[in-house]
Amino acid sequence: MNIHEYQGKALFKAHGVKVLGGVHCTSVEEALGAYDSLQSKVVAVKSQIHAGGRGKGNLYCPNSGDLVMEGGVKIAFSREDVETYATNILGHVLVTKQTGGEGKLVNHIYVESGCDIAHEYYLALLVDREQKSVLIMASTEGGMDIEEVAEETPELLHKVNVDPNAGLMGYQIRDIGLALGLSGASHKSFAKMLRSLYELFVQEDCAMVEINPLVRTGDDEMVALDAKVSFDENAEFRHKNWDELRDLSEEEDVEIRAKETGLSYVKLDGNIGCLVNGAGLAMATMDVIKLYGGEPANFLDVGGGANEEQVKTAFSIILEDPNVKGILVNIFGGIMRCDIIARGVIAATEALDLNVPLVVRLAGTNVDEGKAILAASTLNIHPADDLAEGAQKIVQLIGGEA
Amino acid sequence: MGIWIEENAKVLVQGITGKQGMFHADKMVEYGTQIVGGCTPGKGGQTVELQGKPFPVWNSMFEAIEATDADATVIYVPPPFAGEAIMEAADAFDQVKGEGVIVCITEGIPTLDMVKAVAFVENRPGVRLIGPNCPGIITPGDGGGAKIGIMPGHIHAKGRIGIVSKSGTLTYEAVAQTMSIGEGQSTCVGIGGDPVNGTGFIDCLAAFEADSQTEAIVMIGEIGGNAEQEAAAWAKDNVSKPIVGFVAGATAPPGKRMGHAGAIISGGKGTAEEKFEAFEAAGIACAKDPSELGAVLLKSLIKAGLRSE
Repeated sequence: MNIHEYQGKALFKAHGVKVLGGVHCTSVEEALGAYDSLQSKVVAVKSQIHAGGRGKGNLYCPNSGDLVMEGGVKIAFSREDVETYATNILGHVLVTKQTGGEGKLVNHIYVESGCDIAHEYYLALLVDREQKSVLIMASTEGGMDIEEVAEETPELLHKVNVDPNAGLMGYQIRDIGLALGLSGASHKSFAKMLRSLYELFVQEDCAMVEINPLVRTGDDEMVALDAKVSFDENAEFRHKNWDELRDLSEEEDVEIRAKETGLSYVKLDGNIGCLVNGAGLAMATMDVIKLYGGEPANFLDVGGGANEEQVKTAFSIILEDPNVKGILVNIFGGIMRCDIIARGVIAATEALDLNVPLVVRLAGTNVDEGKAILAASTLNIHPADDLAEGAQKIVQLIGGEA
Repeated sequence: MGIWIEENAKVLVQGITGKQGMFHADKMVEYGTQIVGGCTPGKGGQTVELQGKPFPVWNSMFEAIEATDADATVIYVPPPFAGEAIMEAADAFDQVKGEGVIVCITEGIPTLDMVKAVAFVENRPGVRLIGPNCPGIITPGDGGGAKIGIMPGHIHAKGRIGIVSKSGTLTYEAVAQTMSIGEGQSTCVGIGGDPVNGTGFIDCLAAFEADSQTEAIVMIGEIGGNAEQEAAAWAKDNVSKPIVGFVAGATAPPGKRMGHAGAIISGGKGTAEEKFEAFEAAGIACAKDPSELGAVLLKSLIKAGLRSE
């Protein structure tokens, strides 16, 4: 789960990580009020969306599609500048290299004081899957695309893994500080910040905290100029405040509804809907559809113990997508029994008045009962014995190659 | 034989009084797994009825292992408590026996809980963790065997193919594929779809290589991370038995979590293409479609002189 920069900075501040003064605004009036209250000669007016690359992105009018302004993060030198930038950002669509072509509608901006920058650094904390621990990455090459730094000048990217039982240790902080060329007051400031960030990462169950750039000011203080924070969704049960931080406009409405019914759904661009049990098999089903010349319309995992109601919800979610021309159901019954799935499929097709071709492949527990139930129904359901046959059938039925 | 779990292994169930725990404990007893009881704090002294027979419940894993000399435990504890359940089991196995296998089925454990739990287990070299978020491990026997997890027992048969996979239902698919060419399984291990887990691909490959019953291996990966690539590179130098592979998620869009917490392509890394390439570079015979796993395996067995037709 991602949060906005302004929310990340509030979290930083609460944990003792130094940030500049700033105000979250949703209107031009608020932005002007923020400018007046910040008492800073220079302010940054920053679009708040979950995708990166905001500074180099472009803003477009959502109705006409016309270019409104280049750059989603602007430096304002006057009250008039703030008014212009806020007007050009709010209610417009920001397209960055991470948003895809359709971009994201900007409803929030962050107006932040300027500061005197001596140097820009990169700092990130994330879970390292291979080392099974929290990894700290730091670089003197702040403000850059860090993947480029990692590829072209890996010696400039310093990495430290934290032993979960020992926690972040003093020598590790010193090592990173030295690698960044910090000493004296700036090093002291950095040590305090990194300690606070690690605490924040653990206490708040983060998946990633990235600060790019982290800056050293003219008077040797380390300040987080950006804040990209994402949380580990598995830990939601112990963070009641996440509900308030969640920006639902940043998430696909249908994916949220699927999650509420215990389904895992991701919309894709194709025209063959898939309903599968198990994440791995659901991915494999999409792959095989593609292999036989079709395009999957979605990823959908109904989970290990889906009931009739969930199967019905799954069908209705798949059918909401107007691109769907056919559906492939692929179930390998383990705990889930094929006869229950078969009844769920029939109930759903009847209730939803299904009028696209449906191919059902059943295997595993109670497969014969399941097949018999489908065969006995008068509905237009095409059975398949294995995944390849199922994929070929559905591709043919919607008039594809295969 | 088979790996880590013998056919007659003695198994405890953590969370045995819960709905999931009891349901699956019953299925395991039905399959023939030697369940010796379970653990639910606060319910020690009670019994649970499985397949018409009473099984004891203990308050702690220390008591349970001391009383039963269990070889393994399977965890069906809800996510908020599962990390600690793993550590309790690891501590108890380590102190009482110096060894033990922990199978954690639970899905949705916070990643940082797993970071802590995995480090805790790794500090106890005799203890092995399989999972979390996995179907478990099964060593089919001659009529029965040891099924520790949630997989449908009846699709398996004792044989010589070792299977390792991140995904549950895709493992069943692989099992069905081996059966379709008349081959059974030595042991099937689901290592789970979480970003931070216990036993990995390389552990499984090493164990299958050393196991006399296993003659060929099926390895099923999915997008996210680079465990498959590392395992393939390792296998090239260390595994002499034929390996057949598949990777799920070739059509997954980048940046989207595909059901499993770990199944996400980030920064262009962890793609299926990358993993298939690593498999092929290591001489692993790949199936582009899981329905072809049987045919590819058959070809590999013939090539290795392990089958004539």
